[in-house]
Amino acid sequence: MSVTTEGGVLVVTRHPQPGRSLARAALDTALATAAFDQPVNLLFLGAGVLQLLPQQDSTSVGVRNLRKVIDSMPLYDLERCYVDADAVERFGLTAEDLPCGAVLVGREAQRSLLDSHQHILGF
Amino acid sequence: MSLNYCLLVLAAPVSGHTSLTAARFGAALLSRGHTLGRVFFLDNGTSNGLASAVTPQDERSPQQAWSELANTHGTELVLCVSSAVKRGLLDAAEAQRHGFPAATVHPGFILGGLGLLVEAMQSADRVITFGAAG
Repeated sequence: MSVTTEGGVLVVTRHPQPGRSLARAALDTALATAAFDQPVNLLFLGAGVLQLLPQQDSTSVGVRNLRKVIDSMPLYDLERCYVDADAVERFGLTAEDLPCGAVLVGREAQRSLLDSHQHILGF
Repeated sequence: MSLNYCLLVLAAPVSGHTSLTAARFGAALLSRGHTLGRVFFLDNGTSNGLASAVTPQDERSPQQAWSELANTHGTELVLCVSSAVKRGLLDAAEAQRHGFPAATVHPGFILGGLGLLVEAMQSADRVITFGAAG
């Protein structure tokens, strides 16, 4: 696939949710940037793709369900998100697991994503 | 060429030396004539602003390193308010709102929303993340 976005902010999220708050912080940052009408993209990289597991139920843990927040992203005009294709395969996720708007990106496309944004935030 | 920097700090001062590295990076860029308008502390990074943190005498205090940047160069030190409040970092207004007797945020730091990070990114030539380890 080709990545055409120029400028803007790329939020790279590399950690799964359980046990850390970093994934949530990355998502909040992306949503806040979008809320201020600034161009922003989200890249789920490596173990970060585990945030996309469907049917998450975090009620017994007592924390918010991250996948629900991810599914609400289009409401904030975050229509697309980029997902590390290698990691999806490695962690056994399927295309049906991913939220709508997910775009699978291989190494080459990841490189051009990193190239084409003005700022990169690494979570 | 002089550049305008913004730093995003995600690491707590007690979990390794990332926070100190970030503060040194800030001091280094300022000493070379660049500007550092704002440092935004998010997630575990907000504990950099805890007023009651005590650093052992033979170690460098990250909080002091940050305060020096603020005092000498007017760099704004902003703790993400939602991350901060969760961790017990309250300014006078938040302490009053939540019924605590005193503020716990060091006076060199202020609480603010993610909008302040967005704003800083807009005007920055370079945004550098000092992330959480692991």
